[in-house]
Amino acid sequence: MAATAVLALPLAACSGPLSTLDPAGPAASNIAILWWIMFWGAAALFLLVGVLYALAFYRPQMLSRFSVGQWIVGGGLIMPTIVLTALVTAAFVLGERLIPKPMEDQPPRVYAMAHQWNWQFGYDDAEGQTLQLHIPAGAPVDVVVTTSDVIHSFWVPRLAGKVDAIPGHENVLRIEADRPGTYRGVCAEFCGDGHTRMRFAVIAHAPEDYEAARAAAIARSGR
Amino acid sequence: MSEQRRSNAIRLHRELHDIWKTGPGLQRLAAVNHNIIGKRFMVAAFVFFAIGGILSMLIRAQLATPNTAFVGPEIYNQIFTMHGTVMMFLFAIPMFEGMAIYFLPKLLGARDLAFPRLTALGFYCYIFGGSILIVAMLMGVAPDSGWFMYTPLSSSTYAPGINADVWLLGITFVEISAIAAAVEITVTILKMRAPGMSLNRMPIMGWYLLITAGMMLVGFPPLILGSILLELERAFDLPFFDPTRGGDSLLWQHLFWLFGHPEVYIIFLPAAGAISTIIPVFARKELMGYRAIVVAIIAVAFLSFGLWVHHMFTVGIPHLALAFFSAASALVAIPTAVQIFAWLATLAHGRPRMDVPMLYVFGFLFVFVLGGLTGVMLAMVPFNWQVHDSYFVVAHLHYVLVGGFIFPMLAAAYYWLPHVTGRLTMHRISVPAFWLIFVGFNMTFFMMHMTGLRGMPRRVHTYPAGVGWDWLNLLSSIGGFILTMGFALIVIDIVLQFRFGKPYRRNPWGARTLEWAQTTPPPAYNFASLPLVDRRADMLEPHEIGNELAAGKGYLGFTRHGWMETLGVDMTSGRPDQTIILPQTTYLPLWTALAIGAFVLCLLFKIYWWSLVPLGVTLVLCLCWTHATGLDHDHGDLEIGHGIAVPTHYEAEGAPSWWAMVFTLVCNGTLFASLIFAVFFLWLVAPGWPPTELVETGLLPPALAAITLLGAALTARMAVTANAQGGGASMLLLASAGAHVLATGLIAYLIATALPDPTSHAYAATAFFTLAYVAVHSALGLVFALFGVWRIAQGRVSARRSLDLRIGKLWHDYTALTGIFGIALVLIMPLIVSASGGGQ
Repeated sequence: MAATAVLALPLAACSGPLSTLDPAGPAASNIAILWWIMFWGAAALFLLVGVLYALAFYRPQMLSRFSVGQWIVGGGLIMPTIVLTALVTAAFVLGERLIPKPMEDQPPRVYAMAHQWNWQFGYDDAEGQTLQLHIPAGAPVDVVVTTSDVIHSFWVPRLAGKVDAIPGHENVLRIEADRPGTYRGVCAEFCGDGHTRMRFAVIAHAPEDYEAARAAAIARSGR
Repeated sequence: MSEQRRSNAIRLHRELHDIWKTGPGLQRLAAVNHNIIGKRFMVAAFVFFAIGGILSMLIRAQLATPNTAFVGPEIYNQIFTMHGTVMMFLFAIPMFEGMAIYFLPKLLGARDLAFPRLTALGFYCYIFGGSILIVAMLMGVAPDSGWFMYTPLSSSTYAPGINADVWLLGITFVEISAIAAAVEITVTILKMRAPGMSLNRMPIMGWYLLITAGMMLVGFPPLILGSILLELERAFDLPFFDPTRGGDSLLWQHLFWLFGHPEVYIIFLPAAGAISTIIPVFARKELMGYRAIVVAIIAVAFLSFGLWVHHMFTVGIPHLALAFFSAASALVAIPTAVQIFAWLATLAHGRPRMDVPMLYVFGFLFVFVLGGLTGVMLAMVPFNWQVHDSYFVVAHLHYVLVGGFIFPMLAAAYYWLPHVTGRLTMHRISVPAFWLIFVGFNMTFFMMHMTGLRGMPRRVHTYPAGVGWDWLNLLSSIGGFILTMGFALIVIDIVLQFRFGKPYRRNPWGARTLEWAQTTPPPAYNFASLPLVDRRADMLEPHEIGNELAAGKGYLGFTRHGWMETLGVDMTSGRPDQTIILPQTTYLPLWTALAIGAFVLCLLFKIYWWSLVPLGVTLVLCLCWTHATGLDHDHGDLEIGHGIAVPTHYEAEGAPSWWAMVFTLVCNGTLFASLIFAVFFLWLVAPGWPPTELVETGLLPPALAAITLLGAALTARMAVTANAQGGGASMLLLASAGAHVLATGLIAYLIATALPDPTSHAYAATAFFTLAYVAVHSALGLVFALFGVWRIAQGRVSARRSLDLRIGKLWHDYTALTGIFGIALVLIMPLIVSASGGGQ
């Protein structure tokens, strides 16, 4: 965590209600760490190419002692192979941790049904539906996402990545909010004229308040 | 002595000029010369670029501040859809095609491309197809489903208007020109190089264009198939993509990105070719790592077909499969890095100097490397889940496309414009124009990385204040207007160069490739005589070669029979093996494109029965094309100079048109393979399977159809053999034609009797489409067979002049192969489906 804070210092102004760099759950946090590692790595590589280019122009004698083979094998093969192998491996391991694998203590399932242009949320253990998604804070929840019409995409940037709502298919996204609060979400896949206003929120409640708050929300949207 | 030589040279020039010229006035519409068509392509592409640019300005005006009421979503959706569509399909691809059409023969030392009339047809198809889209936009019915047209948003249920049809039909029309260009570029590079230019002596641009054209041949068919299927769904309710009837919207995504990702490299590679050509000239050092670069380009081509799924990381594909595509996507960075380090090595080993083209090379490196780095980030699955479909992706794609195409193309423009104008650039405007573009571009798009990371999804027509996107968007908009000013300056700069640029004698940059051995602006026939290339063709001495060729000292330094002649060579070694007689100016490409255009409009306005009329006219016009080809007697081997004699291409083994048929069938075969993919994809993945009704044919009718197709191919083969031995080919071709009639009839009978209603389920729809594909090919086989008979009757075919029959043979073979496979597939699918629990 301390490492992330140091890495993140130069761009501290990353907060925002929809910012992927202001994570509020484990999935988004891990992806933000991946981003910062890639950001600094990319910055270093970019600088390297820039310096080489400048030297080639202004101090060619410094570079011309390397043969063509050395340039191509060193810069074109060895360097990217090392960097990419490390990165692909790390990303794969992270991805494996984020996908909704079966767990011993299987998380509760909630259902996100997309329509042109709003979302309806349903629950395994409760009748009725809500217009915002209610979840307990501090524990993973599996969101089963699908659609009644065109393709949409369920995205709550502060909690996790997105997953598309595809007609005829069900996709599952595991989200978790560290603390109670309201986390804004948007539809990320273009879905027609109402795409822009297809926003929603995930409201995370303290576990002891969850059932009551959700029941109240269901009652409200039933009216 | 030299006096006499000069007068000989001038006489040769006059003779060639008279044969190769295009008439004035309206006769310009009959032009087929690559110099003219190439320039028209580039000008038209630039006009579309300006239109796309204006659309992008509207987007930036709309998004400059939160809650703008400038345009509503109905208009905004058309604007961004058209911006993407115009830039990808009507600017980038045609611009590279225009550049290739204009320069390729010059780089290779040929007088024209392999199929001048096809060049012209491609141009008209491009202009007409593009115009359909622009007219639709002006009438307010432009496509509005996004430039990748995801179903079901683009299906008739959710897009009932004409908008989506405009995209599907207009773009497919334009695609004809892309396929035509791809076939033509491939054949020209493989067959029409200067004598002695073996493959490993080709200028590096030749390699880039060859690989690009090859990628187009196998990259475009999935999109063409997808567009046909989607239009069939919209027009006739065949449910290929409808999840309620066994279709799947994901099929569209796969077909689209199977095309869409290679497309990105199809755009990038020619631009990288320009970079690889320009850097050595200004580094004053030949290109280092030539072989490594060739290997890298081939690697990019292969990899680019294995990473389309990285556009689909969020659609719910299993993570292990995603990991494969993630690794493949990262891997493509390696051949790219090889090229970048080869360029750096060339600079480091040379004595680099700055000039305007090199400014743009710097801009390219800066922008493209950044785009490549964010590309590697996007290839990482978890990060992609976050920023996919956000402004981060918008930033990335503009960094790679503008960095990987526009900056190199501007470098190329400044480098090669003197070739087109015969005049030099004036630095006073060129340099500030570059900096406006460079600063404006980075200001516009660098911000978007942050806007995306802060959660702004793409394709929203406005956004609320106070979520952290306001000032980023404002900066992007300001940057966009700076960028536009830069482009405006470039237009002024180019106009001024045409008008006031200083003329020069030859080769202003000190380049060492063949195109600078010409006088500039170049004559219609390019070279008065063709060069002998005895070393790598980017290490030549254009000045010396230029004088010799102009004096007629190379090959074909004369005229005969009023023929437009150029040389064909052995594919690998570059040894001359034929003299190619090119067709003269003609209006046929224009009429043919108009007929195809009428067909497209009939489909667009849903008057389907009427569409048969222009379709028939198109077929007749295509037959008219053959009037100008062929010879009425054998010519034997003809002198081409330097004591070498070769046959005309009509009498040669591997004529360009024979190879063109081979590559067209490769392209067609890719379409067929995409169809097979679709059939199995739907069975494996789509919801709503198994279907309730299966095909019930019995074994006899399909077996008969397959046997007649085989018979048609065998008799056509026997006709070629008979022709070589002196006679009897006509009867065999008539037998082949009869077999095609029978096969077409049998398949039509199968379609009518054995298929469940094609609108009932995607399974029935794919079976219908497969059989229809076979029937259409067999019907065209009938045309090919009868055409052979006709040509024999006309005396255009002899034992030596068997080209027409051998081209036909390729078609009959292909039809038999795909036909038998297609019929077998339709027979076997019910077994597979019922084995996995279908059919009641």
